[in-house]
Amino acid sequence: MSEEKGAPPPVTTESGIPVEPLYSPASTTLDYGGIADPGTFPFTRGNFASGYRHKLWTFRQYSGFGTAAETNARYKYLLANGGTGLSVAADLPTQIGYDSDDPDVTEEVGRVGVALDTLADAEILFDGIPLDQVSTSWTINGTAAIMLAFYVAVGKKQGVSVERLRGTIQNDILKEYVARGTWIWPPEPSIRLIVDTIEFCAEHVPRYNAISVAGAHFRDAGCTAAQEMAFTLSDAVTYVDAVLERGRMSIDEFAPQVSFFFYTHNDFFEEIAKYRAGRRRWARLVKERWGAQNDSSCLFRTGCVAGGSTLQAPQAQNNIVRVAYQAMASVLGGVQSMFTAAWDEPFALPTEESTTLALRTQQILAHETGVGRTVDPLGGSWFVESLTDAMEERLVAIMADIDEHGGMVRAIEDGYVQGLIAEEAWTAQKAIESGERPIVGVNIFQTEEPPVDLQVYGMDDAGRQRQLDRLAEVKAWRNGDDVRRVLKDLQTAAEQPDVNLMPLLIEAVEAYATVGEITQALRDVWGEYRQPAVF
Amino acid sequence: MSGSPRRVLVAKPGLDGHDRGAKIVARALRDAGYEVIYTGIRQKVGVIAELALQEDVDLVGLSVLSGAHLGLARQVLEALRDNGLEDVKLVIGGTIPASDCQALRDMGVDAVFPTGTSIDEVVAGVNGLWPGGRGVSPRYRRREPLGEENDVVSA
Repeated sequence: MSEEKGAPPPVTTESGIPVEPLYSPASTTLDYGGIADPGTFPFTRGNFASGYRHKLWTFRQYSGFGTAAETNARYKYLLANGGTGLSVAADLPTQIGYDSDDPDVTEEVGRVGVALDTLADAEILFDGIPLDQVSTSWTINGTAAIMLAFYVAVGKKQGVSVERLRGTIQNDILKEYVARGTWIWPPEPSIRLIVDTIEFCAEHVPRYNAISVAGAHFRDAGCTAAQEMAFTLSDAVTYVDAVLERGRMSIDEFAPQVSFFFYTHNDFFEEIAKYRAGRRRWARLVKERWGAQNDSSCLFRTGCVAGGSTLQAPQAQNNIVRVAYQAMASVLGGVQSMFTAAWDEPFALPTEESTTLALRTQQILAHETGVGRTVDPLGGSWFVESLTDAMEERLVAIMADIDEHGGMVRAIEDGYVQGLIAEEAWTAQKAIESGERPIVGVNIFQTEEPPVDLQVYGMDDAGRQRQLDRLAEVKAWRNGDDVRRVLKDLQTAAEQPDVNLMPLLIEAVEAYATVGEITQALRDVWGEYRQPAVF
Repeated sequence: MSGSPRRVLVAKPGLDGHDRGAKIVARALRDAGYEVIYTGIRQKVGVIAELALQEDVDLVGLSVLSGAHLGLARQVLEALRDNGLEDVKLVIGGTIPASDCQALRDMGVDAVFPTGTSIDEVVAGVNGLWPGGRGVSPRYRRREPLGEENDVVSA
């Protein structure tokens, strides 16, 4: 017997896109003839005609803790086990521009990543790792230009010419003002420094991505998949406009070195549609807004993380399954590199064992499941193509809303974006606590289990002391006059918005100026960002 | 009977900038009837204690996800004491191992809300800090507006 019921609530994706019970030729207005092949503008079906058949995505495991020597050992382990790219996790003082001997940051030295104070640390970090044979990704923003200077300087010492260096610096400060917060200077000079790095890489380090415009942090702060992609594209528009405004480069000269970075969460098909729609929207922006001549400038090259805030502490091994599905969605969406998070991430810095399992998750996907045999296997699916179109419509609408607020910088400075994200985070939290959004082991299928004890990594006192000792040694043997002179030159150049600071930054790190000294020198000229506290 | 609601300072000490949790708790407490001020991220301990004094709060809530909770809680307690704010309650939330919860209570933290605590549990826990529930603040109110919201952040 059926009971009278009100209309059931509409079924939607997590971003609120309606999902029909069935997709068929009759329910879609898709123009299949208009869906271009992979490797063809607007790249909905992927950047490359051959997909993953000839080149798999890069397996890139985020890693770094304690001292440079400890992290160097972990890198060698990952490379020996089939990792194909390095990813540097720096500690917070390094990311925000404080030296390990700064009394305000003692608690944080080496805690969430490796401590890098001077070029001497970077030399140890990459000791025995030939920089012409690996690519290195840096999740670092405020001090990204200094890290790029480190990498160029270490390459020189290894005898690797700068044009052979490969990798990525995240270098996306706008999202740091919104989420995670490793900002240092106000937006204007920070964007100028990003423009400097983009120009420098385009001119001298052609295989290095000067920026990885990242939505992942918006996502972890609580926004939807559609907002994540749209805010990120709006950030990218801000940076590209800034490079073009300086007037030294055309879009085709630097667009190939702009890359992207996102979280892949649990809503399987929406995540796939997010990457497909984002790729198409970016291609159209590059061609239509900035008039790129080369199709290769239009490529939306992206890395991703499977894991993040979707991972749960209760029944933590369930996270292995979550990450595997997210990894598959990422590959079906056509990403270029991936980090799979370890299952114990919600409560500990991953162990060697859990890190290896996370890497194996990608290797099984790549070598056993056959997902890479054909390019964009979901292309032409009535559902996936419809969802891709609906997602692109959302992206256009959200980006137009940001434009109406005067662009991303303005929307961040007045807290508008922060407010939108806080609203979504609140809604999601309520939906989880009410059970409206089911999460296995958390609000359904719970089991009685002893509470998991969080393990917090802290650098031991001996490690911190080694770091402090090395910093003191470097300060003792370096030429203090050289350091003062180059920092002074840097400040003079920083006052002139059209001077590219990268050559001076390289000179500064080669004189063994510290990250803290360089940051402070620029803070003296540019001031410090002041945040609106919106909740 | 009239009076002002209790005032809460939600604060993020240390360098960690993940404040999704801090913002959710701030909003939950506001919805529960508290007057809530959020410091924003990366606040120095001295600034937090100074704000607690200026804003005449009844409670300081720290959010720490970097693992530095023991050291930061101790420093905030000392700074509150230095400002003569012994009667201000201190609670802390974040990635806090069970083994550290007791240590935090022992040093004088009034309540600990480790990862996984629900919104309702946080609100109930805060309400329970005062005999007879959250009620009305008995403390004398000095309301010196801080000026612009973002002025709470200093170099």
